[in-house]
Amino acid sequence: MRRRIDNFKNSYLWYSFKKDKIAIICLIILISLVAMAVFAPLIAPYNPYDSANIDVMNSEIPPVWIEGGDPGFILGTDNQGRDLLSTMIYGMRISLLIGIGAVLLQSVMGISIGLISGYFGGRIDSFFMRMADVQLSFSYLMIAIFFTAVLQAAVGVGRFGEIAVPFLILVIGFAQWPQYARTVRASVLAEKNKEYVEAARVAGFGAGRIMWGHIFPNTLSPILVLSTLQVAEAVMSEAALSFLGLGMPISKPSLGSLINSGFEYIFSGSWWITIFPGIILIVLLLSINLLGDFLRDVLNPKLYKG
Amino acid sequence: MFAFIIRRLIQAVFVVVVISILAFAIKQSVGDPVRAITAQSVSAEEREAFRDQLGLNDPIIVQYLRFAKSALHGDLGNSFFYQRPAVDVILSKAPATIELVIVASLLIIGLSIPMGVFSAIYPNSFFSRLLMGASIVGVSIPVFLTAIMMVFLFSVKLGWLPSFGRGELVDLGGWKTGMLTLDGWKHLVMPSVALSSTLLPLFIRLIRSEMMEILESEYVKYAWAKGLTRKRIWFVHAFKNTLLPVITVGGVQLGILIAFTILTETVFQWQGLGFLFMEAVERADASLLVAYLMFVGIVMVGVNTVVDIVYGMVNPTIRITGVK
Amino acid sequence: MSSLLEVKDLVIKFGLRTGDVTATTGVNFTLEKGQRLGLVGESGAGKSVTGFSIIGLISKPGFVADGHILFHGEDLTNASPSRIREIRGNKISMIFQDPMMTLNPVLTIGTQMTETLLAHNPKMTKKQAMEKCLEKLQKVHIPSPEQRLKQYPHEFSGGMRQRIIIAIALLTDPEIIIADEPTTALDVTIQAEIMDLIIELCETDDMGLILITHDLAVVAQVTENIAVMYAGRVVEKGRTEDVVQNPQHPYTQGLIKALPEGSKGSNRLNQIPGMIPTLTNIPTGCAFHPRCPHVMDVCTKYEPALIKVQGMDTESACVLSSMRETGGKDGK
Repeated sequence: MRRRIDNFKNSYLWYSFKKDKIAIICLIILISLVAMAVFAPLIAPYNPYDSANIDVMNSEIPPVWIEGGDPGFILGTDNQGRDLLSTMIYGMRISLLIGIGAVLLQSVMGISIGLISGYFGGRIDSFFMRMADVQLSFSYLMIAIFFTAVLQAAVGVGRFGEIAVPFLILVIGFAQWPQYARTVRASVLAEKNKEYVEAARVAGFGAGRIMWGHIFPNTLSPILVLSTLQVAEAVMSEAALSFLGLGMPISKPSLGSLINSGFEYIFSGSWWITIFPGIILIVLLLSINLLGDFLRDVLNPKLYKG
Repeated sequence: MFAFIIRRLIQAVFVVVVISILAFAIKQSVGDPVRAITAQSVSAEEREAFRDQLGLNDPIIVQYLRFAKSALHGDLGNSFFYQRPAVDVILSKAPATIELVIVASLLIIGLSIPMGVFSAIYPNSFFSRLLMGASIVGVSIPVFLTAIMMVFLFSVKLGWLPSFGRGELVDLGGWKTGMLTLDGWKHLVMPSVALSSTLLPLFIRLIRSEMMEILESEYVKYAWAKGLTRKRIWFVHAFKNTLLPVITVGGVQLGILIAFTILTETVFQWQGLGFLFMEAVERADASLLVAYLMFVGIVMVGVNTVVDIVYGMVNPTIRITGVK
Repeated sequence: MSSLLEVKDLVIKFGLRTGDVTATTGVNFTLEKGQRLGLVGESGAGKSVTGFSIIGLISKPGFVADGHILFHGEDLTNASPSRIREIRGNKISMIFQDPMMTLNPVLTIGTQMTETLLAHNPKMTKKQAMEKCLEKLQKVHIPSPEQRLKQYPHEFSGGMRQRIIIAIALLTDPEIIIADEPTTALDVTIQAEIMDLIIELCETDDMGLILITHDLAVVAQVTENIAVMYAGRVVEKGRTEDVVQNPQHPYTQGLIKALPEGSKGSNRLNQIPGMIPTLTNIPTGCAFHPRCPHVMDVCTKYEPALIKVQGMDTESACVLSSMRETGGKDGK
């Protein structure tokens, strides 16, 4: 373990990271946001899911620095009288849960398909890649919107709310597997004919062992870069679906559904219900994207030719 | 070239068939057609008889073929809410979306090409760095938030632009356009800018990275050695090669704009297909969902096919393999 | 009267973040009308960068730090960019190494040929340009040139493409052609063909040729003069015949020993022990000393100058040669 830490400290990645102020700031922001999400029950002033804390009389109270604000609700309340700060923290928890869950699903799916396609080639390869082509030529967002819409229409809005979290993970995860499959396949093709794979084959290792034990570790850099960017994509997709009313119900809102619920109130002056969750969402996405960009610049040999 | 086009078209037809199967599956799972036609008070036996009459008890393949046959004749059933053919409803709302997508695409193409080319030629200039920074911020703001922020700023706070609807329209033989009136344009500004903001950063980065790679190539170096002017090297030698990958990736992306119209139209209550789609979802209007899926699917397949064919025409290597 | 081309004390550096790195230092050579000069050395010796510097095209972080490049007495190192553009591709043409990479894949051969003419002769019509292209294509023995002009690069073989590139180089009737490894990327059978073509054309039009190559055997056959480069320095220079038959510098001696005797084919120079140093890590004193079989103490401390070897036309940058000059007694 110690050796690993030392290795990391001497790596080009760590060296570049130390020199990149933007990357450092982004990581700090991201870690604090994730920590807030994980420890939401400890950090948030109220529990927004507990109806005992909610009083409709408290609805649309502005943030504390605006006239009419209430020191009990720092960022004000939403249209149902929930403390906005608490609701946002819990919302971000859901957004991140779905985002990370979807990326885990799509990475397992995409990596397996990518490894199989790249390693075996031939018909399996062309079948999967054709499928990826067709799916990529439709927007993943379009596919996700359509599937959630159909499911919601089929089971009804009420029932849909109960299964929203796993279903969103499934839909967003499934809609984006081709990116992984293509990336991994490209790396596999590059690695496949190198001596060490040949050596493993001659030594009599099976295809599975070679794929996962030998080739897979060499595709980790592109996977790391892609995963970072895909988390941002998945969070954004979830927000888009929820904004359309196809995602999390307002009783258990994610950032997207919160933005949706507040949208009509910006015309009556209660802008904070939409704008604050919007800002948090942008900060979250921006820090992930900037980190992803940093990783891509450092790790991608194609870009790192100077 | 001819063979190439034929091959592409066959592929397109295949994808459309897959979409139609999907559409058929949706029709099967969403909404009961009997309910759409009859009242609640009809008895169970009468319903069953009705199902037989409608052919709903036939084998699934027979039902699909019937669906496909009427779809080929442009019949995708009646919208349960509008009580008229779903295809008609789609066609009446299509102009709004098409206008929005065209203006947004023109914005994207018109801005990304000069910006991408400039930042590839002068990668270290202040403007290029600014552009790259701005593009990451742009990628990180979801389209509906861009739209909401714009509404908040320009409609609610400043009161400069209208926040919803299409404004004053002119009827051109069934095509209701907002592009002939000042009011129509005022309404078009924010939705089209918001819609273009989704892809603009991606396009700028794509053009920039492709062009930078090509500027480093041997043939560009050789073009310099021939003593050509900078303009000719940048805009003929480098740019023409940049276009190839940009056409393939960009073409697909422009098809994807349609997905984002759903979000944009929802924010601005733009009476187009995206708005219609969300209404249909809320009302569980199966025929309309199916019609929308078929329409969007065909448009996307069409765009992809055209893009591939254009690519084939621009790229001399493909043109020859097509002849063979 | 000034020479056709005179390179004087040329120093090329690469500006890196960690500081400037010297790519070539003190490169000198002269080329007269109709003469052929070979620049020989391993890759990384600085020969290509020297060739490119003549037409003002050193790739990015590189720049000419010192010295002069005189073309008919006009110094190109401080000429305006537009003046250099007038000369490059016009008075001085280049032939690149890999014909598969050199032509633009999306433009027809006709476009890529005529544009060169039109760039240098604004008054020429397209038709005139086309006629000139046809004439030059015939000169490089390309059959049915009319049809070929309408085709794209991928419709040609490597050898054919190199012929086209030679034709492009000839279009403007240049005074000098700089050929950077013109045959390295081609099949062995075609290499000789292309080389013969280049010589034939140089002779008929009385053009100067600078042939940049790692292949001493080719230079020996083709050029009258030779300059051997090592680690950014010219270490030996003279008439090709003299240098090949009686090499003075241990590096040149090594190169010649590395040639498979009597054969013209592939020449791997791996018989000189060690590797050419990287630019950031050039040894002190004589840059060749770590690989030199005759290394002495003095070699690690002082960099020998390129001086004339007594009794010969050859110049060599080696302590041994200067010892010979002073009679080999107190060479210090």
